Amino acid sequence: MSTLRSVIRVGGVRDSRLMVPIVALAAILLIDLIVVPGFFNLEMKDGHLYGSLVDILRNSAPTVVLAIGMTLVIATGGVDLSVGAIMAIAASVACILIDPRIIGLNLQGNITAVVGDPTYSFAPIPVVIVASLVVAVACGLWNGVLVSFGRIQPMVATLILMIAGRGIAQLITNSIKIIIFNDAFAYIGNGFIILPFSLFIVVALFAGAWLLTRRTAIGLFVESVGISFRASLYAGINEKRIKLFAYSFCGFCAGVAGLIAVSSIRTSDANQIGLYTELDAILAVVIGGTLLGTGGRFSLLGSVLGGLVIQATQTSMYAIGVAASAITAVKAVMVIIVIILYSRQVQDLGGRLVARLGRKQAAT
Amino acid sequence: MTGPATDIVVMENIDKSFPGVHALKQVNFSLARGEIHALVGENGAGKSTLIRVLTGVERPESGTIRLDGIEVTIRSPLHAQSLGISTVYQEVNLCPNLTVAENLLIGRQPMKRRHVDWKTMNRQAREILQGLDIAIDVTQPLGSYSIAIQQMAAIARALVISSAKVLVLDEPTSSLTGHETDQLFRVMRKLRGEGIAIVFITHFLDQVYEVSDRVTVLRNGSVVGVYETAGLPRLTLITLMLGRSLTELDDINRHRIESSQHIGTESLLEAEGVGVFGSIAPFDLVLHAGEVVGFAGLLGSGRTEMAQLLFGIDQPTTGSMTMDGAPIRKFSPIGSIERGVALCPEDRKAEGIVADLTVRENIIMAMQASRGWFRHLSTSDQYAIAERYIKLLNIATPSADQPVKNLSGGNQQKVILARWLATNPRLLILDEPTRGIDVGTKADIQKLVLSLAEEGKSCIFISSELEEVLRTSHRIVVMRDRAKVSEFAGDVDEQELMQAIAGGES
Repeated sequence: MSTLRSVIRVGGVRDSRLMVPIVALAAILLIDLIVVPGFFNLEMKDGHLYGSLVDILRNSAPTVVLAIGMTLVIATGGVDLSVGAIMAIAASVACILIDPRIIGLNLQGNITAVVGDPTYSFAPIPVVIVASLVVAVACGLWNGVLVSFGRIQPMVATLILMIAGRGIAQLITNSIKIIIFNDAFAYIGNGFIILPFSLFIVVALFAGAWLLTRRTAIGLFVESVGISFRASLYAGINEKRIKLFAYSFCGFCAGVAGLIAVSSIRTSDANQIGLYTELDAILAVVIGGTLLGTGGRFSLLGSVLGGLVIQATQTSMYAIGVAASAITAVKAVMVIIVIILYSRQVQDLGGRLVARLGRKQAAT
Repeated sequence: MTGPATDIVVMENIDKSFPGVHALKQVNFSLARGEIHALVGENGAGKSTLIRVLTGVERPESGTIRLDGIEVTIRSPLHAQSLGISTVYQEVNLCPNLTVAENLLIGRQPMKRRHVDWKTMNRQAREILQGLDIAIDVTQPLGSYSIAIQQMAAIARALVISSAKVLVLDEPTSSLTGHETDQLFRVMRKLRGEGIAIVFITHFLDQVYEVSDRVTVLRNGSVVGVYETAGLPRLTLITLMLGRSLTELDDINRHRIESSQHIGTESLLEAEGVGVFGSIAPFDLVLHAGEVVGFAGLLGSGRTEMAQLLFGIDQPTTGSMTMDGAPIRKFSPIGSIERGVALCPEDRKAEGIVADLTVRENIIMAMQASRGWFRHLSTSDQYAIAERYIKLLNIATPSADQPVKNLSGGNQQKVILARWLATNPRLLILDEPTRGIDVGTKADIQKLVLSLAEEGKSCIFISSELEEVLRTSHRIVVMRDRAKVSEFAGDVDEQELMQAIAGGES
C-alpha cells in the first residue's frame, strides 16, 4: 500500500515538470562521482569555498539569470534571441561610465591599461550599475514594443537587436576593449562571501522574480496570454502590457547577466560577452519544462535547474577531459535528449508505465 | 433487420475510467450494416469516450469489441482506419491550403514516371466526389469552400483511404447551415444505401429524427436503451436523456412573463447611431436594468459584431454610447469590465476558456484582471470564489484544480459564466451560450439568465435557436445583413419574427 502511494507520488513529480531537470542533474553528478575522482571535494581557503561544485554554481550564474528572464518571455509564447547582445550593451555602458576618458584618447586596436587605479571610476559604481540596467530594460522594452504593438513574430523582432546589439555595444565603447581596474565593480563577478558573490545575486533575482510573478497576478496573466491571447483579451487582460513587461524583465535580467560577465573578466569585449548565451538560456528554460513556442505554464525553479544542468554538463566534460571544441556537440546531444524526453510519445509512455505500476501494486 | 448476422460492430461491457470520472460503465453498443445509428446523451454522458474507444484513441479497461464477428483490440486511430473504422470530427482535420484533390488523394496520389500525375489525380478526385453527388472544382484550395463541403471532403477521404465500413460522425452539423445539413444528410443516406454503417453524434434532436434509423441513449456513462427512432416519441427521448421530464421549459416561459414586471424604466446603456465601418451599420439600442434582450438573426447577420462592439473589443467608428447617462470613452474589454459589462464570447474554445489553466484560475481571471496586477487575490480567496460558483452553477468537475480543458463543453461554458458572474456585472452579454450544449444545461442557463434579470441585471441573449430567444427574452432585436432591422416587444409571433429575420418583403 505504501509503495502504491510512492508510485502516485512519482506520478506527481512527473506532472510537476521538475522531474526532467532533477533527474538530469542527478545523472550528471552520478557520472562525475564515478568517473572524476575528487569531483565532490570542497575546501576552504582564505574563507572562500573552492571545488568543482562551486565552479558549476558560479559559472552558471549568467545563464541562470538569463533563463529566469527568458522563462517569462517563453511563457507568453515568445522567445528573446537578443539577450546575449543586450548583455554586451549593458557591459559596454558600464565600462564607458567607469572609464570614459579612453574614448578621447582615440586609440587604435586593442588597448590595455590606461588608468591603473583600482579605486578610480568616473561615475559612482551604483550609478554605473543602475544606468547599465536601465539601458538593458530599454532594450527589452524595444523588443516588447515590436512584439506586442508591432505584432512582429518574436523570433524576427528580437533578431533585430540580436544582430544590431553587438554593433551598438561597439559603438558605445568606440570599438575599444576597455579594461576595468575598479575593484568594487569587479566584486560583482569575482567577490566571495564564502560562496561566490554572483550566487547571491542569482538567489536574490530568483526570489524577486518568484515573488513578482507568484505573489501578484502577473504569473497567471503571463501563462494565460501564452495559452490563448484572444481568450485573455476577452477576459480583460491587457496582453500587450503583459508582453511589454515580460520582454522588459528579460532585458533587465540580460543586463544583470552582462554586469556579472563583464565584471568577472574585467574587460568590455563587445564581440565576446554573452556570445551564444541566448541559446543556453533558451535550452535551460526548455529543460526546465516551459514549452517553447506554445508558452503557457512556466516554472522558474525548473529554468534555474535547467541552467545548472547545462553548466554541470559543461564543467563535467572539462573535468573528464573533453576538448572545449567538442562541448557544442555535447550540447547538441542534450537538445536531442530534451526533445525526445518532452515528446508526446515519451510522456504518454511514462504515464502508462506509472499507471501500470499503480495497477500492479493495487492488485497485490 | 438488425439481427446479429448483420451487426458489423459489437461492443460489449466496455468500461473506462478517468481520474475522478467513471466515464463508461459496462456499455454495450452494436452497429448494423447499412444503418445510421444516432448516439445521444447529455454532455459528459460518455458519447465521446465511447467513440474514442471505438476509434482507438482510448483503450477500455475491460470489455470486448468485435468487428464482423471477430474480436479485435484497436490499438490506435491508424489501426482503426486500417480495420475500416473512420472518423470525421467536428473540426475538419484536412489542409485548407491544399487543393481538394490533393486533400483527397495525398498519400496515394497516382504517379507517372516518378512524378505526380495531376490530371489523373484530379479526375479521380472528381469521380470520388461525384459518387457523393458533389460537383465542385477539385483544383481549388479546400479552404475556399464552405465548412459543409470541407466536411464532405473529409468523409470522402475517409472512404477513399480506408475503404471504410464504419463511419463515425462526431457533431458534424454543429457549424452547418440548414441547407448544408441537408446536403450532408443526402450523402449519409447514400452511404447507408451502400451498406456503410454510420454512427451519428448530435445535440440536435430534430436531426436524430430526420436521418437516423436507431438511437442509443447514454446517461452518466451507462446505456439507457436502444430504440427504433421512428417509434420513439420525442418527449420520451428527452426524458430518457435527462432522467427527468422537461416541464421546466414551461416554467421558464412563466418565469419570463413574471420577471417582465421588474424591468426598470431608467436606461442602463444607450447606443445612438453606433456602428463600425465595414462591419456593422449604425444602430440605436436602449437597455434597461432587469431586462433580457434577445438578438435574433442568421449566422453572419451581425449579432456577434454588435456584441463585440458593446463589450469594447471593437471601436465604434460612428455614434456614441452612454452608460448610466455618462458617455463612454474607453472602448476596451477592461474598460467594459470596470463599467460592469461582461461578454461570454461565441467561440468558447478560442475566446472563452484558457484551456491549460485550472477551473479556479479560469473563474477568477476576469475578476483579477479588474483588480490589476498587484491587488492579488489570495489562493484561499480564489478557492472560495471558485467553489462557490462550482456549487452555484453545478459545474461537474472533480476539483477546482482540474485543467478546464478536461471538462465537457457545457461545463466549460459554465466556467466562463462563472468568470463573469464573479465580476458582478450589471450587463451580461451572452453570445450563443448554449451552442453545443445538452438540453438539461440549456434549460439551466436560460433559468439563470432570467433569475439574473430578476436581480436587476440586464442581459443580452444571442442565439441561433429562435425558440430559445423567444423563451427567454423580454424584447427581441432582429439583425439582418449586418444591420439592426427591427425590434419586437411583448408577445411576439414566431412567424412574424422569422419573416423579419429572412427579409420580410417576399
